[in-house]
Amino acid sequence: MSAPAADPAVLIDPARIRRFGALYVLEHQIRVMRNYRSSIVATAIGTPFIYLFAFGIGIGTLVSANAGRVDGVDYLTFVAPALICMSVVGIAAMEFTYPIMLGFKWNPTFVGMNAAPLSARQIVDGVVLFVALRMAIPAVAYYVVMALFGAAPSAWGAGVVVTSVLAGLAIGTPIMAYAASITEDKGQFAVIGRVIVLPLTLFSGTMFPLEQLPWFLQWIGWLSPVWHGTELGRQLTYGATEPIWLTVIHVGYLVVLAIVGWRLTVRVATRRLDR
Amino acid sequence: MPSTPVIVAADLVKKYGDFAAVDGLSFEVAPGESFGLLGPNGAGKSTTMRMVGAVSTRTSGSLAILGLDPNRSGPEIRSRLGVVPQADNLDNELRVRDNLIVYGRYFGLPLRHLRRRADELLEFAQLADRAGSKVDDLSGGMKRRLTIARALINDPRILLLDEPTTGLDPQARHILWDRLFRLKEQGTTLVLTTHYMDEAEQLCDRLIVVDKGRIMAEGSPAALIREHSTREVLEVRFGSERNAGAAADLEGIGRLEVLPDRVLVYADSGEAALEEVTRRGLQPMTSLVRRSSLEDVFLRLTGRSLIE
Repeated sequence: MSAPAADPAVLIDPARIRRFGALYVLEHQIRVMRNYRSSIVATAIGTPFIYLFAFGIGIGTLVSANAGRVDGVDYLTFVAPALICMSVVGIAAMEFTYPIMLGFKWNPTFVGMNAAPLSARQIVDGVVLFVALRMAIPAVAYYVVMALFGAAPSAWGAGVVVTSVLAGLAIGTPIMAYAASITEDKGQFAVIGRVIVLPLTLFSGTMFPLEQLPWFLQWIGWLSPVWHGTELGRQLTYGATEPIWLTVIHVGYLVVLAIVGWRLTVRVATRRLDR
Repeated sequence: MPSTPVIVAADLVKKYGDFAAVDGLSFEVAPGESFGLLGPNGAGKSTTMRMVGAVSTRTSGSLAILGLDPNRSGPEIRSRLGVVPQADNLDNELRVRDNLIVYGRYFGLPLRHLRRRADELLEFAQLADRAGSKVDDLSGGMKRRLTIARALINDPRILLLDEPTTGLDPQARHILWDRLFRLKEQGTTLVLTTHYMDEAEQLCDRLIVVDKGRIMAEGSPAALIREHSTREVLEVRFGSERNAGAAADLEGIGRLEVLPDRVLVYADSGEAALEEVTRRGLQPMTSLVRRSSLEDVFLRLTGRSLIE
């Protein structure tokens, strides 16, 4: 415990902490993630192979034999942007629930960060940045495998990574705000997964065009970030066409949801940490 | 000490709805001082610590930490504090040394500095050989020492410790006290809460006795004992059923406190008091003469024991 060589009083700069605080939280989460890197890499590469194989070779063959092309392309190309979006949304539903409860309660690292100079806002921002990264890694792997399967013919295909992550944030940050507000785990997260995320995923023009649903169920797709994200992805991967106003709605809806959820989480977390 | 106080609290209040957890505390802490808040569970100690730690907004009153108002300069204040919370919040998913480094990054400290500092602090916390261990594999005492090491990563001006040894076995407590005593010798300002009188006596230069959010007394442990108690205490037990009855016959020997399991007789000489008890024909099942402690001060001030 001798005197340190460099005086931390000089090294500590509140202005720098204000500017980069969220990145320090991101750095922390990345260090934790390194514990799971092999499982993350394995699922990131394995999942697209399994799904694309099942849908392309399995269901795709069946669809092509009976219905021919869907939306002007073969079934695998049609379904691939939906699969990547669903996969990313699944990660969002995971990472924006239990780890939030963990940080506030089970292993309250957020409380520790807040006792250091970081604000609730910086903590939330850092976690959102981390989950965006956590979603982007498998999304990139998914896209690469899609390209290998020939399911992303357009030159703009890589953009599907961005639209899928955006959909993940749109569905994820409102869930995060809720997760930050609950103090007791009574299985709410499982309910969110099955009652909200799953229907929003299945009835969102993912496996089949939204118009195939009876008209009284189509609103689910309109509400679902998965539909908006998937439709954007389809434009990018195989050049699906739609009116420009619809594209604007897709992007606007996702951005607004993501920001509202994000802001709301900051408010909830600020109140929760200031007891 | 003539130097400017590092903490100044005046009429500090924290309310949750109608309930005032902290109800008008005023105190000052000088640099280098070791200051304690002694009181039972629910006295408002932890709430006070969170306000001093600039994470909990006060309801009213004024508070200055290092000359800054936590309402306005929370992050600046927190960058100069070390905090050891009551419940450990080490990251269980990181190794021991990484916990220090990650925490140091929150202060914007460069990795090169942190690697060296982490090793120094692990040495200090007697955890150098556990640098690569998982946090979950550490004992309770080791986790506390790691939390203290973590709190020192930014070389804080003030170290806040909320019940640092609660839940530890006696040996682990003594190791921890020794480490804290070293920090005190080096001139670190310590502010700690405890409901252990022996801890307060060992570590605090000065303390406030807190109950129900209010200050009951203030002073050095020795002065508080001198002021609110006698030099010695005689403890006599007559059996649970008979303690209250026997107390009537003890009148006049000294001030009495009748507890469910024993009667305390406050006297300058415990031996003389015991002689008087036997001279009156009373035969306690057991008797014990001891020095007065802060426990007695608390009992005197509140009519209740510290640990209930």
